[in-house]
Amino acid sequence: MSKKVNFVIDGKECQSEEGLYLVEAAKENGVYIPTLCNYEGLKPKGSCRICSVKIDGRLTTACTSPVQDGMKIENNTDELNEVRKEIIELLFVSGNHFCPACEKSGNCELQALAYRFKMMAPRFPFAFPRKEVDASYPMIIKEQNRCILCKRCIRGIKDEDGKRYFAYRNRGQDSLVVPDRKMMAEMSPEKAQEAMDICPVGSILVREIGWIEPIGTRKYDKAPIGSDIENNQ
Amino acid sequence: MGRKITIEPVTRVEGHGKVTIHLDDEGNVAQTRLHIVEFRGFERFVQGRPYWEMPVLVQRLCGICPVSHHLAAAKALDVIVGAGTGDGLTPTGEKMRRLMHYGQIFQSHSLHFFHLASPDMVFGIDGDPALRNIIGVALTNKDLAVQGVMMRKYGQEIIAATAGKKIHGTGAIPGGINKHLSEEERDSLLKGTDPMNVDKIIDWSVEAVAWFKNYHKKNKDFIDNFAVFPSSHLSIVRKDGAMDLYHGVLRAVDHEGNKILHDVDCQNYLDYIDEEVRSWSYMKFPYLKEYGKSNGWYTVGPLARLNTADFIPTPLAQKEFEEYKAYTNGKPNNMSMHMHWARLIEILHSAEMMKELLMDPDIVKGELLTRGEKCNKGIGVLEAPRGTLFHHYEINDNDQVIMANLIVSTTNNNQPMNEAVNFVAKKYMNGQDEITEPMMNAVEVSIRAYDPCLSCATHAFGQMPLEVSLYNAREELIDYKMRS
Ligand code: SF4
Repeated sequence: MSKKVNFVIDGKECQSEEGLYLVEAAKENGVYIPTLCNYEGLKPKGSCRICSVKIDGRLTTACTSPVQDGMKIENNTDELNEVRKEIIELLFVSGNHFCPACEKSGNCELQALAYRFKMMAPRFPFAFPRKEVDASYPMIIKEQNRCILCKRCIRGIKDEDGKRYFAYRNRGQDSLVVPDRKMMAEMSPEKAQEAMDICPVGSILVREIGWIEPIGTRKYDKAPIGSDIENNQ
Repeated sequence: MGRKITIEPVTRVEGHGKVTIHLDDEGNVAQTRLHIVEFRGFERFVQGRPYWEMPVLVQRLCGICPVSHHLAAAKALDVIVGAGTGDGLTPTGEKMRRLMHYGQIFQSHSLHFFHLASPDMVFGIDGDPALRNIIGVALTNKDLAVQGVMMRKYGQEIIAATAGKKIHGTGAIPGGINKHLSEEERDSLLKGTDPMNVDKIIDWSVEAVAWFKNYHKKNKDFIDNFAVFPSSHLSIVRKDGAMDLYHGVLRAVDHEGNKILHDVDCQNYLDYIDEEVRSWSYMKFPYLKEYGKSNGWYTVGPLARLNTADFIPTPLAQKEFEEYKAYTNGKPNNMSMHMHWARLIEILHSAEMMKELLMDPDIVKGELLTRGEKCNKGIGVLEAPRGTLFHHYEINDNDQVIMANLIVSTTNNNQPMNEAVNFVAKKYMNGQDEITEPMMNAVEVSIRAYDPCLSCATHAFGQMPLEVSLYNAREELIDYKMRS
């Protein structure tokens, strides 16, 4: 049996197995640390920085930090929540996110985080990048306007041989996550749905589904993101 | 010396407008124009989007009648997904959509009549502007105001139950609908505590028609003679000639009642209707091709619908329809202010339709969707509160919209509104060199009768200000009045 470790998050005494990443360990103790690029079952990347916490006074990403005995963690503080809100706002202005006409609305993690962290009027200038709607694959549409480059699809969507359906292309502000045309030609409907589900935003869309899910039954219609963890104390 | 008058902003109308009046050398009105000077461009920016986004995306044209755009787009996409041209949906799909639609007509008409139009009737069109608004009505005629607010609320509740929310819902999807009504939702709409139940709503609708008829009796001169001009009328009607606001064939009659468009399939609308662009307005001028640009214009909306339909398929509204028709000896009604009467009869019809649909078991169970063989073009036409609404989409093999054409109700009424303003200008401005307050009011009232939604029509955001400019024959501005 693995060793238990004790740690404190915002004054709350917590305990978990040694070696868990902090996001997971916090979750087990009913503490929500927000994530976006992180996805259960995938190796964490720490790229979006939404999960930024302070461990013993040092700023770091909770998704990549293994929990250790005696750690003192700051999570739900005004300072950190402000940083998180800024990251969310920057993600919004750097793409073209038009929630009112996005079918992922209500199921979108970026939108849910924006509600949770009370994003109001825009503080940063909109970049309005020119991005395309790539509708040339049989099963899915890749809506580049909404991609936040979290790489969840690249890491998580693979065939039985481990070959990836999505890849990274270009650098800097030209960065794109693009489907592999050959792999796409063979994509099954189940795999397509898996890809749509793994995408935190509306950048991967299975064709012709649209608004089949009525308002009121969507993931974040009833309770804010993270409340399932917090209610599970 | 000729002169030109401009009026803007027009208040209690959704959107923006500007009126210019040109006088001739004798000081008589030579020409009047209602300019629509905004531009929105929805038809362009939906290009490239996946087709199934249209019902949700395009409804953002408007916050007043988004349901009409939502449903017209969904109807067009029904054709694209092979669900037939209006009659191929499952019973649940069809009835839920109809319920949403009649809820929308009901709430929008209630908003217009009680909030926007009734102040003119309660206080007179020359009434004190400080009182001549819904707050004034609430202060002096509380029952009427409360009734207006609650009737609108009921319509909104119907929309929320069918579309998911009161404004900008998502219920209608290509090939059907995404939800049933739960039994609780149905029961609360049918039998909720007064006044939020359908029977009370029907009673109030009957009372509202009676209120107008009583008002009409006392103000015959104004109601029967204000902005009267011959016009053709267009709407959809059910195949058997009944009023049907959700689906039907296109029919038009001339001012004498002769059929000039013979119950044609909406999918072929482009064979019969074209739009003219005039340099001084962003709003196009639709016309019936067969009759040409100058004679082919027509009116849409409540007045037109009661002129084209042979009967109304619900008993209380039919009774009122018969009385209404008898007033003009069965001939088309060309009196602009009778638009309000027609609108109230439609409120009653919508209330009766809501009850009929709420009582229908298909609303709470049954298949939601149907889809068949896909094609790349679809046209959806329905009667929005303000009149006939056309949505036309074409898609490529990748499911992206490559062409969109929207003819919204207010655009269809462009020429009639210009005619109405012209009528009023001639009456009030001939021989005047100054824009008077009654003249400003009269222009406003004439435009408002059409309940125009100018933000929709030009696909533009905005409030509706009223500005009148008066020009002489040498194109010199001799008077200008603006109010907001
Ligand atoms: S497509 Fe979605 S999952 Fe993939 S990188 Fe973009 S946002 Fe992330």
